[in-house]
Amino acid sequence: MSDLLLSARQYSYTYPGRPEPALAAVDLDVREGEFVLLAGDSGSGKSTLLRAACGLVPHFHGGEVAGTLEVGGMDTRENGPGDLAAVTGTVFQDPESQVIMNSVRAELELPLESRGAGGASAGRAVEECALALGIGDLLDRQTATLSGGELQRTALAAALVTQPRLLLLDEPTSQLDPVAGDELIGLLRRLNEQTGSAVLLAEHRVERCLPAADRVLVIDRARLAFDGTPAEFAEWAVEHAPRLATPAARMFSLAGIRPLPVSVKQARDTLAGREGSGAPSPLETAPVAHAERALRLARVWFEHEEGPRRPALRGASLELWRGEAVALLGRNGAGKSTLLRIAAGPLKPARGQVEAAGDVALLTQTPGDYFLNERVIDELPPAVGMAALAELGIDHVAGADPRDLSGGERQRLALAIVLAGRGIGGGEPPAVIALDEPTRGMGRDQKAWLARLLRTLASRGSAVIAATHDVEFAAELADRCVLLARGQVVADGPAREILSGGLYFATEVARVLGGESGAITADEGARVLAPRPASMAAA
Amino acid sequence: MSALPTYRPGTSPLHRARPGVAALYCAVPTAVALLFDSPLALGAMLAGVVWAGMRSGVGDQLWRAARFAIPLAVLVALVNPIASRRGLTVIWDGPTVPLFGNFDVTLEAFVYGAIAGLRVLVVGMAAALFSATVDPDELLRLARRIAPRSALTASLATRLVPLLGRDADRLSEAYALRAAPPAANGLRRGAVLTRALAAGALERSVDMAAALEVRGYSIRSRRRAGRVRAREPWSVNDAGFAAATLCVLGLAVALELSGVAGFEPYPLLHLDAGPADLLGAGSLAFAMAAPFGLRHHRASHLDEETE
Repeated sequence: MSDLLLSARQYSYTYPGRPEPALAAVDLDVREGEFVLLAGDSGSGKSTLLRAACGLVPHFHGGEVAGTLEVGGMDTRENGPGDLAAVTGTVFQDPESQVIMNSVRAELELPLESRGAGGASAGRAVEECALALGIGDLLDRQTATLSGGELQRTALAAALVTQPRLLLLDEPTSQLDPVAGDELIGLLRRLNEQTGSAVLLAEHRVERCLPAADRVLVIDRARLAFDGTPAEFAEWAVEHAPRLATPAARMFSLAGIRPLPVSVKQARDTLAGREGSGAPSPLETAPVAHAERALRLARVWFEHEEGPRRPALRGASLELWRGEAVALLGRNGAGKSTLLRIAAGPLKPARGQVEAAGDVALLTQTPGDYFLNERVIDELPPAVGMAALAELGIDHVAGADPRDLSGGERQRLALAIVLAGRGIGGGEPPAVIALDEPTRGMGRDQKAWLARLLRTLASRGSAVIAATHDVEFAAELADRCVLLARGQVVADGPAREILSGGLYFATEVARVLGGESGAITADEGARVLAPRPASMAAA
Repeated sequence: MSALPTYRPGTSPLHRARPGVAALYCAVPTAVALLFDSPLALGAMLAGVVWAGMRSGVGDQLWRAARFAIPLAVLVALVNPIASRRGLTVIWDGPTVPLFGNFDVTLEAFVYGAIAGLRVLVVGMAAALFSATVDPDELLRLARRIAPRSALTASLATRLVPLLGRDADRLSEAYALRAAPPAANGLRRGAVLTRALAAGALERSVDMAAALEVRGYSIRSRRRAGRVRAREPWSVNDAGFAAATLCVLGLAVALELSGVAGFEPYPLLHLDAGPADLLGAGSLAFAMAAPFGLRHHRASHLDEETE
């Protein structure tokens, strides 16, 4: 039996000033070499468990602890983060706040210096770690000039450079595009296999990590609700927590097909082995009637004053029509945020034309940027404030401090601040509603709610455009998808066409069924698979 | 683009000098400016700093810093003649205000104010030269071996400044994107955004402190920090900048003791500006510039050898 790295016995923790525990009576073991996926809704306790494992709970945050939690044989009540850092490497969600030094090399050297490491072995550790994470070329770059993806890899390298036995990761792919996100998970699995380090990874996008995991834990309202293999998780989730099930598993479940898959490959193998399998019958794509143009960007060029000396937008053209919902896709640095900011006005293009049929509302990436007051209700115009909060389902927090809200509530409040009296809580909706990465940190239920809200706003006459890395959200929201690359629009068409048939910018259902069916969501996929005889489905 | 000068790696002699030496070289004009009143010495230091900045390829950063330093210098220059009652050469017969007395402006107070402004300019430009050319990570690494806790504070501060700058830009943009911005007045808007930025800065600080903890920074208090990189021997370049630093300091002390380039603002202006005084001030500027000239000569010499 391999070494026990983490052991929790009836472990409970309550943050200072909070009535409810963030973790309640958790019993858990993690052994050397395991790759463990930690799933659960926003605010369920995933991040708290990771913070307890690295010692920030209770030594940094305070609060009350009951039971025991041992990491590497050290009791976390008696040993703080400095001691536990001998065993653990930790990476949080926001890479900007966890990169401390000014150059990448110095960032990787800092943990080694702190441990008194020196000489040739330390130099080799920095070099090898940078090469393993593909940041060898960045070693002499200034951290202020790195992109989000590069920063996240740098933070991961700083956590790995001391070769920790237990790697703790809190949504490390939340700011990465699908390509970089998949690469990072693949890289973690490779490191896990090669070094034997255990990985405890909290992630909302379960479908991205499930194929790499040996084991899945689910935290639900502070308690450990499930502990089992990925295959057991797939069965458990469709029955007990459908919001956590992967799209492919939900599709199979709805179509009555067993066993439920944990990866695209397994799903395709299962389908290939079914009697009468062949190309699924394609779904019809209803043509969208474009009545009135809401926005037109024509051959827009833009270059940022800082960062790489290349244009962020290179002659990008785009038209939006009232009533449609559009997903704007692309890699980190493709120009999505720049395009939205030019459409809404904060940035002016160097060249090209921008014509809008009315107001353009923009919700930027960080909801906290909109919070100026100490009470939620004070953030909104008095005449429409309560109505806007009620429409978005957060009127119960009207008296709370905006900074104390959960991730989903923060996003809703920011949306209320941008749209109060402009379609939310009354008033005429703007011609265009633009949102930049609106689903960061959201669970599937919250994403589904947001997609429904945005479609409602589109039906009231706005053109909705959301820049997103989340192709599953794009599939739920959009009639049309626009793919941006290197500052140019490289694909623009119906969501069914763009989100199927590809490798990265395709939903899991589309990757399972192939592009021909046109199905991109679990419901659509089940409809495509359902016509088969029940006897086959049962097989 | 940030108005604050920020370090970018470079290949100039000053960029390549060891951080402790480069920091002292950038600090010496400040020391001279704070110790001496002579406009000749201050002018020489300003010329030396500007020359060093241009030869280091950070002239644009110095210019951006000057756009803040010059108005501050002018403000300082204007305050002294109003506040000071000293000097005999009245150039403006001001009013007499009960309790505050006479507000005459004298030539001596005006010139002394201008020199104070020049001093501010020298200090500001030397700080900009330091920020743009000395690698903060290397300097902090040096400091950590001597004063770990102070270095930790400095690490966080140097990293937080550009982060907060970006936060401020984002907050300002989000403010303009609100459905109903709460205040149109520029002053009120500034106050609201500053308060929000301060709240955000606290969150950022806590997050960064947590990151430092999990990286094992607190282990330092129990162990001596390791030296990841091998100790580098002194180069000719390092020696050149160290010699220039000592030379500027020595010359400044010698000038002060010998009375060369002397200056007395009150009661009547007196400035020694003979050939010896100009030569003395010129020597200060030359000593500041020498490491770059030496490098240029050596580079040329190497090119000739290659040919």
